[in-house]
Amino acid sequence: MIQHVGNHPFGKKHRPHEVVIETLLFLFALFSILITVGIAFILVRESFLFFADPDVDLLGFLTGKVWQPMIGLFGFLPLLNATLTTSLIAMLLGIPLGLFVAIYLAEYASDRVRGFLKPTLEVLAGIPTIVYGYFALTFMTPLLRSIFGENRVDIYNTASAGLVIGILVLPMIATMAEDAITSVPKDLRLAAYALGGTSIETTFKVVIPAALSGLSATFLLALSRAIGETMVVALAAGAGPNLTANPFKAAETITGYIVRISGGDVSYNSVDYNSIFALGLVLFVITFTLNLVSRKISGLFHQEYD
Amino acid sequence: MLSETLFGTDEMMTSLMQKRKAGGVVWKVVFLFSTSLAILFLLLLLVSVIDSTFGYVAVRNEMEPSQLVAGKDAVSEFSRAELETVLQEHLSSGILRRVLHDKPLQERSKTDLVSLAQQYVVKPSVVRSWGLGDSLLDQKSIEAFMAGNEGLHLTFRSWINWSFFTSDQSANPLNAGVRTAFLGSLWIIMITFVFAFPIGVGAAIYLEEYAVDNKLNRLLQLNIFNLSAVPSIIYGLLGLAVFVRSMEHITSGAFLSSVSDTTANGRTILSGGLTLALLVLPIIIINTQEALKAVPDSLRMSSYGVGATKWQTIASHVLPASIDRILTGTILALSRALGETAPLVVIGASTFISVDPSSIFSKFTTLPIQIYQWSARPQGAYRNVAGAAIITLMLLLMAMNSFAIIMRDKISKKKRMES
Amino acid sequence: MNTTNLAEALPRVYEQPQEEKTIIALKDVSIYYGSFQAVKQASLDIYEHRVTAFIGPSGCGKSTVLRSINRMNDMIRGSRIEGSVRFHDHDLYAADVDPVLIRRKIGMVFQKPNPFPKSIYENIAWGARINGFRGDYDELVETSLRSAALWDEVKDKLKQNALRLSGGQQQRLCIARTIAVQPQVILMDEPASALDPIATGRIEELILELKNSYTIIIVTHNMGQASRVSDHTAFFMVDEKRRGYLEEYAPTEQLFLNPAHKKTEEYISGKFG
Repeated sequence: MIQHVGNHPFGKKHRPHEVVIETLLFLFALFSILITVGIAFILVRESFLFFADPDVDLLGFLTGKVWQPMIGLFGFLPLLNATLTTSLIAMLLGIPLGLFVAIYLAEYASDRVRGFLKPTLEVLAGIPTIVYGYFALTFMTPLLRSIFGENRVDIYNTASAGLVIGILVLPMIATMAEDAITSVPKDLRLAAYALGGTSIETTFKVVIPAALSGLSATFLLALSRAIGETMVVALAAGAGPNLTANPFKAAETITGYIVRISGGDVSYNSVDYNSIFALGLVLFVITFTLNLVSRKISGLFHQEYD
Repeated sequence: MLSETLFGTDEMMTSLMQKRKAGGVVWKVVFLFSTSLAILFLLLLLVSVIDSTFGYVAVRNEMEPSQLVAGKDAVSEFSRAELETVLQEHLSSGILRRVLHDKPLQERSKTDLVSLAQQYVVKPSVVRSWGLGDSLLDQKSIEAFMAGNEGLHLTFRSWINWSFFTSDQSANPLNAGVRTAFLGSLWIIMITFVFAFPIGVGAAIYLEEYAVDNKLNRLLQLNIFNLSAVPSIIYGLLGLAVFVRSMEHITSGAFLSSVSDTTANGRTILSGGLTLALLVLPIIIINTQEALKAVPDSLRMSSYGVGATKWQTIASHVLPASIDRILTGTILALSRALGETAPLVVIGASTFISVDPSSIFSKFTTLPIQIYQWSARPQGAYRNVAGAAIITLMLLLMAMNSFAIIMRDKISKKKRMES
Repeated sequence: MNTTNLAEALPRVYEQPQEEKTIIALKDVSIYYGSFQAVKQASLDIYEHRVTAFIGPSGCGKSTVLRSINRMNDMIRGSRIEGSVRFHDHDLYAADVDPVLIRRKIGMVFQKPNPFPKSIYENIAWGARINGFRGDYDELVETSLRSAALWDEVKDKLKQNALRLSGGQQQRLCIARTIAVQPQVILMDEPASALDPIATGRIEELILELKNSYTIIIVTHNMGQASRVSDHTAFFMVDEKRRGYLEEYAPTEQLFLNPAHKKTEEYISGKFG
């Protein structure tokens, strides 16, 4: 009931349950920070244990070209190299295709085409990555082997994984790029047309440059996704670190390694156990940085056009 | 004329125009080509899965049915009496004891006896399997293979069939099924929902309705966005260290002293569900925020105008107006969790498990993990069961997504009708 | 409210008294949004059981001043007020005052009708319910709808979704909803600007009836409307720094027929909009 404070009837009504609800909801929101802190803490702590092991030193880790725990060699370059190879191939396929699909969707597609293209992209985006991994193993690798020859292409190779990851990120790139392109205000296009530009010229010389920061944000996010991809490389890229520039050879990526080691018999205090956290930390730092930069760029983009 | 010197003659203009237009046509072709490629990829993916799931198999029997009962080529032709005799004579003592213990032979149906005899006596094993494409188009090499190998039976098989759903894992691809994995997936998703939904929706309500635009809340928002883009395997590492290891006492069920037969172990459904809950939490938060943003402010204003408090406004007006989108988004987030493999592998899904999950403290395997394990095996027939498992997974996802859309439409309709 | 007899609870009908009693007093009210000053030192008295109109060109702060009276400005991030707003001589912005309770006593009708997406009955009952009403809800709904001149049109379809009513009916429903929590003052922010002339006319009739039981402040950009329904009119203007201020405040007839300030006269005769 109303409590009279002072001489007026509008005294602060004590509503404890409102305060309780607000505090509870705030704690829920704060929980999200807890997750990030948890991730950072766990990764850093276990990495410390990893680097505390006598066999391991930071410089050797960062620059070493061989990863063979059994003989005490922990150079992570082979893993990094494989990750970068697959991601690069993925970007070479995904970015152009994704961008072109986005341009088509945004500028040229009729409503009918949009009507079945967008759902197609949604379905592609919703397919679990393990299915893509299966696809890499049962379709892409045999395809590559029949095109380039079975002695040139190994059964497990990074090219196959890379190409399939490219297909995997294509819907994401197409959707986000389309958003960026449609965010560019109509007035810019109208101005270009009014000067006598063709639609292609308008697209490439006016719209795309205007959408550039939004597009860059998209590409960075896609790269981050490709780097963090696990199941496709686990199935198709190979098991066993291998430093090679040849994408037709087998090589294990950072994520593939983590999955292989943790899926096997690992005792909690071994150097192998700790190593997956150290690698996880590297992975986290790389993807986190890419995501942060992407968000910053995208923020600038929206400032311009919203 | 001035325009001529600056812009060239009319003929130059025309030819320039043609070049520009030609360039446009080229690019349009490129766009169409890219789009067709995207659609092609989807088709290829579906085709390759379907290809593996149906096809001819060449099977070798350890014991031919005709060796057991003269004149009969298939176990299904045996009479009941013959089946019982065969089983009693040929099953190893251990298996026979177990079978009799479960249910005596007389009480079993004939179909049951047939499948027992198939599985334990005839013991077919796959020598070679072909995909649907080969089966339909390349019959010559199949015939050549059959001619070159003796004692093999050729049948056309659909790897996805009812017994595929009801059987559990097996060393023999012909007998393998997804029952355990399917149940494991369902149990885990339940746990994920129970934890992620209230926390996610609650956090979103706070951020959208209560939070003032200050540094802390902007940090929270940024943090949630970053979490949604973290690779899923990192969540697996977090879950491994926290749920499986540090919280082992709780997640293994030891604190309830309802420990399973083997030593208490944190690699349980509870740990798996919690890990995935962390993974989908940012997605649910972002989606719910969008749904809340879509509620027009005038609704809130009119509620405040009659003297309602903030929570009364949210509970009585804002949430009911946005609940359809919130639920749809949550179900979509859960279907994403259903397809996740890497985090659960890191947590430690069991590699071979044939016991259905009985509680949240059970060990587990899930559909995607089953697909992973089968895909990774070199023997050809495992490709086929993997394909069947993929179809199962996709059907489950389709069912979930359709359910989400139907429910959203139902609620929207209800809102528009009399209340 | 523990009374079960609504007729007793509603403010009684007054004959317009000769002397006018101040119910709300604004003194040197300045309102800021962040660093931008929207209103500069407005002072005026609102009289009980009268209709007071706020008129003026766009951006002169009339809606802002209106919202400061029931503290709806609190909802806007960065808004700040100086000066005092007193209701029955109680400072509405005192530190220990709960704005939620104010809004029961000082209700608001908005420009665009915004009934809840619920039934007509529920729209009216909900506000009363959360404020702890313990009487007969059916009676409350009927009385409120009658007071808003809507009862006859909707009495057979109380369970129907409110959004199916016409714009004019929805606005009268919003008025009924406001009345149901028994305020003393009703603030109206351009209540008829989204309605057609016939619906507008009905709202204006309603306002003239309602002033017998309530005090009404109405923001309007329609000068005809102000001259038709109000007893007092406050004319707001914008200065060169885009700050709103009160230019002139007088009984309506006087303001329109014999304005004291030149700017008032220019606005009324349409020299600027």
